[in-house]
Amino acid sequence: MIRELKPALLLLLVMTLLTGLAYPLAMTGIAQALFPAQAGGSLIERDGRVVGSLLLAQRFERPEYFHPRPSLAGAGYNAAASGASNLGPTSVRLAADVAARVEALRVENPNAHGAVPAELATASASGLDPHLSPAGIEYQLPRVARARGLPETRIRELVAAHTQGRDLGFLGEPRINVLALNLALDDLTAAAWP
Amino acid sequence: MDANGLLQIFVYCLLIVALAPFVGRYLATVFAGGRTPAAAILGPVERGIYRLCGIRAGLEQHWTGYAGSLLAFNMLGVLLLFALQRIQHILPLNPAGVPAVPADLAFNTAVSFVTNTDWQAYAGEATLSYLTQMAGLTVQNFVSAATGIAVAVALARAFARRSAGTVGNFYVDLTRAALYVLLPACMLGTLMLVWQGVPQNLQAYTLATTLEGGQQVIAQGPVASQMMIKHLGTNGGGFFGQNAAHPFENPTPLTNMVHMIAIFAIGAGLTNAFGRMVGDMRQGWALLAAMGVLFLAGVLAAYWAESQGNPALSALGIAGPVNLEGKEVRFGIATSVLFAVITTAASCGAVIAMHDSLMPLAGMVSLVNMMLGEIIVGGVGAGLYGMLLFVVLAVFIAGLMVGRTPEYLGKKVEAREVKLALVAVLALASGILGLAALATVLPAGLVSVQDAGPHGLSEILYAYASAAANNGSAFAGFGANTPYQNAMLGLGMLVGRFLVIVPVLAIAGALAAKKTVPASAGTLPTHGVLFVGLLVGVIVIVGGLTFFPAVALGPIAEHLLTGAALF
Repeated sequence: MIRELKPALLLLLVMTLLTGLAYPLAMTGIAQALFPAQAGGSLIERDGRVVGSLLLAQRFERPEYFHPRPSLAGAGYNAAASGASNLGPTSVRLAADVAARVEALRVENPNAHGAVPAELATASASGLDPHLSPAGIEYQLPRVARARGLPETRIRELVAAHTQGRDLGFLGEPRINVLALNLALDDLTAAAWP
Repeated sequence: MDANGLLQIFVYCLLIVALAPFVGRYLATVFAGGRTPAAAILGPVERGIYRLCGIRAGLEQHWTGYAGSLLAFNMLGVLLLFALQRIQHILPLNPAGVPAVPADLAFNTAVSFVTNTDWQAYAGEATLSYLTQMAGLTVQNFVSAATGIAVAVALARAFARRSAGTVGNFYVDLTRAALYVLLPACMLGTLMLVWQGVPQNLQAYTLATTLEGGQQVIAQGPVASQMMIKHLGTNGGGFFGQNAAHPFENPTPLTNMVHMIAIFAIGAGLTNAFGRMVGDMRQGWALLAAMGVLFLAGVLAAYWAESQGNPALSALGIAGPVNLEGKEVRFGIATSVLFAVITTAASCGAVIAMHDSLMPLAGMVSLVNMMLGEIIVGGVGAGLYGMLLFVVLAVFIAGLMVGRTPEYLGKKVEAREVKLALVAVLALASGILGLAALATVLPAGLVSVQDAGPHGLSEILYAYASAAANNGSAFAGFGANTPYQNAMLGLGMLVGRFLVIVPVLAIAGALAAKKTVPASAGTLPTHGVLFVGLLVGVIVIVGGLTFFPAVALGPIAEHLLTGAALF
């Protein structure tokens, strides 16, 4: 029995050193050298302070910003507690939550055109979904334009510049990074009203 | 359903089929003890490991010795991972200052990672230190995958050998799988993921001040290195609670494609390696074809179901692809469904969309994939040996129909092999249905259910199917982190893993000892369309007879009720 356990135990320890320490630590070193920004979490700094990660949604509630999708990560947009509703398709709670969000969106966006895009009324899988589809942006665009006193066409140009197509032309869906767009909007406003 | 969605599915299948011969050739070389391109570097490491651990690499084991070593290695793995979680608060690399993991959760997580299930009753960013993630979870991601590959290789050897007493050396197979297959692929893949934005650092969580002046704590860590092995080894345990839906685990559709390819690459390659090892490539292609038929049927059915949208939400006046609850914008409907079917066909269990919020029939495809025993490409190694169990049953049934002794690849399949195959099939079925039934009647089991009605039953079924089939994905509304569920799901994982592996190794021992009989005019060819059809038929019938009643009460009943918010 002991003779049988000895190689098993030793191999487990060797594998722990090899795949559990040497591999991740070596990869950390190489990744930091080759891609420091990405390896560090794609953090964005403004005036020397970290304002967020390009890859993670953060809370936006003011009318002059585009708002990301509803979040159930912690109390909302908690980047240390990702989460989703996990409600099933016949859930009463899901229907009630979505109905309440639709109502709130209509009140917030009185000048929006057309129906509420589903993504704005449904919670994302991570609670940190950083993107909206072009429809999700367009729905909020009249509100943002009014709040900023900018023509809608000017913002539409900015949105177009921030729209990413499908990866390699066919993978995933077209999307716009909400944080990047909001930062660009702030820059635009700052340039217009120095 | 749109053309672009179908194109993604088609391109993905094409890539997997195109990769299979290359992966297969490499695997066959590695496990024949042959020389690989990286041998100059890895050879000395490999020999050093054997010397250090006192492993006599030239000495092959009888199936009982092979199984004994495997069980010893895995049980020690459970103990080490359990201990690591219990004392992580006094160990280094814990910048977030997380406390010790409670005993029931630590047991569940230890079993979960050793059995290649990677069920997450915990949320990584809030529960585990960096040291536990790396030296605990990442290690088991490697060695549990290597264990599965080793078993499959031992079984393949048994078919290829005649009148042999041994099936290989477990420690050598495990070491070679980890060293020559998993590590090099993970190192390349990790860099690709970091380039696309997956973090890889050991910093403390970052405090950000948002544009509106709020505070956001950003959890990070050595994510990329764990992501790669999590998918390549069909493990599926995320660094973060929301797994591959989290933008740090899976920031772009491109990283998602890398993940999806990694999930199927070794499983599909192993069918090809099997063909090479038994000396007839067509046998490997036949197995892959049977897997492919079942995969395509599942993915198309799920994509159709999900594209219908949720009428209960459409009625509220929302537009676009409706069922986006629990999905991410960058992935949308098509990519999310494709991933959901891949991750449950292989026993990966990573998710990019919340399966609990899928439409009932799309969720059912994932559930059925697991109930069939993860044989549609399947977990690394586990998929191949699971499929070969069904092959044993298929040739047995075919033999009964024509009144001949069944044989496969020149080996007579006799009562012992069929009995052992049935033990494995029944172990899985009783692990799923028996333990799920218990959870539906005991108050301690029922408290975990989130949704009422048929969806609640689906949640329980899904949890136990996921545990026993060693998948690890969840209908995550199910509150799995209770002492009862942690213990019983842990039991399900052990049953579904080792009560399958031991019979498989016993079959390997029996087959290796047999002589090979030459094919005659009466031999059923096992590489043609007829056999693929028979094999698919046996899988569907066995799965249908076992699980249809339960599935009818869960997802099918819920499907008939969609259109209204009822529960």
